Amino acid sequence: MIDKKWLGHEMPASVLPIERTRLQFFAKAIGETDPVYTDASAARDAGYPDLPAPPTFLFAAELDSGASTQLLADLEIPLSKLLHGEQGFSYFRAACVGDTVTVRSTITDIYDKKGGALEFVEKTSVATNQHGDRVAELRTVLVCRH
Amino acid sequence: MSTFPTFATVQVGDLLPALQLAPVERATLALFGGASGDHNPIHIDTDFARRSGMPDVFAQGMLGMAWVGRVLTGWAPQSRLRRFDVRFQGITHLGNAIRCTGQVVEKLEHEGEHCVRIQLQSANQFGQSKIVGEALVALP
Repeated sequence: MIDKKWLGHEMPASVLPIERTRLQFFAKAIGETDPVYTDASAARDAGYPDLPAPPTFLFAAELDSGASTQLLADLEIPLSKLLHGEQGFSYFRAACVGDTVTVRSTITDIYDKKGGALEFVEKTSVATNQHGDRVAELRTVLVCRH
Repeated sequence: MSTFPTFATVQVGDLLPALQLAPVERATLALFGGASGDHNPIHIDTDFARRSGMPDVFAQGMLGMAWVGRVLTGWAPQSRLRRFDVRFQGITHLGNAIRCTGQVVEKLEHEGEHCVRIQLQSANQFGQSKIVGEALVALP
């Protein structure tokens, strides 16, 4: 069972610089062909200062930093048993190439279903940019299958 | 310039243009693993997947969510997106050809803006649901 002592745990901040080639790679990987996501002039024509990070991109912050891996180790959830249950984003402003986004997360719920056969961990995150402005909030439900 | 939806012209029941993906290949998963930062070997290493009790590698949940996101950003500019929430309902296996759909289900005021609530879904070629979700989009 996941130890309930982790409820309220604050993960270390994850800093994600928004970089052009990474966004272009991400666009390729998801099959995104809209030039707004790969061509800076198209992005500027659409009103962005540079390429915008697509809606789900900020999930990368805690993967890149290793914070996600550390959390799974802390909670003793092996990768072999991990599933993604739910994911949500609220958006406040764009994150574009040249921005640096910082994601700070808190464990907000731990519960189980089916007599403990499935355990759930809810994490809520706030993403801010280099000016301290709120970019997005994220809500993640991780599932450990037994 | 493409034309984007406006609050006046959008009606409850309107369908967003659907997105049909090609069948998932191992290369699809390897590319997304690298681009997204999700290096979990269960998505890219068949040996690891089998040791974990899975028949083979399977798609990252966030790849499926990114595809659903393309339905939204293909319909209205991303700067109009206010919320995007999904629940992962099933594992997307190799060979699954995912179709993502969206429908306007409500027109509402939200924090002083005209918004529409979009119901979202993705399913494979056998009609098995992979993702259900919702989005809130502010329209001019």
